Amino acid sequence: MRERFKRKMQTSGVFRQLLAGPYIVWMVAFIVIPLLLIAYYGFTVKTDDGLRFSLSNLTLIANPINLKALGLSLELSLISTIICLILAYPIALMLRNRNVGSDSFVIMIFMLPMWMNFLLRTIAWQNILEKTGVINSLLSVFGIKPLNLINTSGAIVFGMVYNFLPFMILPIYNVLVKIDQNVINAARDLGANAFQTFIKVILPLSVPGMISGITMVFVPSLTTFVISSILGGSKIVLIGNVIEQQFKFLGNWNAGSGLSLVLMIFILISMALVSIYDKDDVKGF
Amino acid sequence: MENKKLINLSHISKSFDGELILDDLNLYIRENEFLTILGPSGCGKTTMLRIIGGFETPDAGQVIFDGKDITKLPPNERQLNTVFQKYALFTHMTIADNIAFGLNIKKKSKQYIQDKIKYALKLVNLDGYENRMPDSLSGGQQQRIAIARAIVNEPKVLLLDEPLGALDLKLRQDMQYELIRLKNELGITFVYVTHDQEEALTMSDTIVVMNKGYIQQIGTPEMIYNEPQNAFVADFIGESNIISGTMVRDKLVNILGANFECVDEGLGINKSVDVVIRPEDVDLLPPEKGIIKGRVTSLIFKGVHYEMEVMANGFEWLVHSTDLVPVGQEVGIWVDPFNIQIMNKPESDDEEAVGVVDE
Repeated sequence: MRERFKRKMQTSGVFRQLLAGPYIVWMVAFIVIPLLLIAYYGFTVKTDDGLRFSLSNLTLIANPINLKALGLSLELSLISTIICLILAYPIALMLRNRNVGSDSFVIMIFMLPMWMNFLLRTIAWQNILEKTGVINSLLSVFGIKPLNLINTSGAIVFGMVYNFLPFMILPIYNVLVKIDQNVINAARDLGANAFQTFIKVILPLSVPGMISGITMVFVPSLTTFVISSILGGSKIVLIGNVIEQQFKFLGNWNAGSGLSLVLMIFILISMALVSIYDKDDVKGF
Repeated sequence: MENKKLINLSHISKSFDGELILDDLNLYIRENEFLTILGPSGCGKTTMLRIIGGFETPDAGQVIFDGKDITKLPPNERQLNTVFQKYALFTHMTIADNIAFGLNIKKKSKQYIQDKIKYALKLVNLDGYENRMPDSLSGGQQQRIAIARAIVNEPKVLLLDEPLGALDLKLRQDMQYELIRLKNELGITFVYVTHDQEEALTMSDTIVVMNKGYIQQIGTPEMIYNEPQNAFVADFIGESNIISGTMVRDKLVNILGANFECVDEGLGINKSVDVVIRPEDVDLLPPEKGIIKGRVTSLIFKGVHYEMEVMANGFEWLVHSTDLVPVGQEVGIWVDPFNIQIMNKPESDDEEAVGVVDE
């Protein structure tokens, strides 16, 4: 009896593993192998007698231009993550309090931009912010001199916030709707006013959602090169642009891979810093 | 000696999405009373509790607490605390922090809070649990912490919204005694909402039976059980035989073609009535000694008694007895006049029982 039960367990275990098969193939082909390739290129340099192990690609980051690009990337993605958090939280809270379902019209409005092509959205903002763009044309009607909007750090931050805001709203909203209304009622019942209830109960319970959101905004902001090249022009160079140039224009895959690895380390460090504030594992999403 | 009236709900009405949940409801709650609001789901009992707690505002009517109108006061400014159905503990805090929540808000001293936590944990038999997290506790333990968290604030009234609903039977029974003990030790008013009639009968000083937004009957457990005002109450509280009948004259009622003596007077002659007879009040005698004759059709052993069904004059009588009568045996049915409860037939389902408002 016991044996049979055990065997049944084993066969169902094998079956389950088979189900995971396609995903494992996918993971190896598109995640593990590319990562190994990047590591391979990153740790080697081309010499006359073939490839040779070297750390010089990694130390490229110490180059003042690259260092400045990395610093600016960290700064701008940090700023846009904070702005996203500040904008997203009240929206998520409002959506929760309205008690709207996930299929509701209000949520759709916030998600709608995501359905349009990312590049198209960013180019649209280029047109709006340009010297002769929509905003400046409008201002000139009122006799106001054209503003310098495009090709600034501000424009890049704006582009990041605009593109990545939904990724902050969704995980926070998901965590907030899961908070039992009675837990909030209990806080009110025990004497907390609306503000105290928010600070002592709602905010701490939504930390996992905020961490998911921060991750999902900070990482793409740090690595982006599309937003910075469209809204930042050639003047403002982020680390993503530096890496892009190494691959596309200079043809130096080794240098590009080396810099990517350095960037990855920075992402891992920042994720580790963020997760210190989260006692539990990141739940939801 | 009657205690003073602490809470007075007067003419409370509430609807959700056009559906009337409570209709012109009036109720007193006395000081130091264990009052249970009992009814099936959807009868409006939880809405009533939420109105007292301040989580809902009535469409009409007033909530008077200790002489003051608190209808529009937010929950955090009311001198009462709630124990919620699914515990509603703060999962990101330790047990000690959960219990201290209300006291921290009121900015009590550290020493006071420490003492209170100790006292409350002792009261609910969970000493030493200060540093545990709520998730690591069983359902029954979490519910006790929820009670501890409420009572450290020394409320005048504790509202309990089906607090034992999520617990298993044995634990539920233990907690019933625990709650009675707590109520006596604390000397405060408990307002308890449940759909479990046994829970209500065990714990309450006063039971308020509700159905479809109306109060059906208010009374002590004995009154509610022995003298139900209408068929709904009789049917909801325990098991009963509810039979249509006609008053022949005072103290004599005709049911199923036979005349039964009873003790009710003043209902009128030839008036249609509902007659309630509890299964344990039906006596099975030899056929010739009963008022009507019948035959036993089923027999189930229930532990403390046998449950039998007796077909007599076209009605299936439910009978509880400690004496076994085998299936197929002919019996006579006899009921003590005192155990026959006669009720006016209501005009409609949700008609309020007569004379309940003035207790």
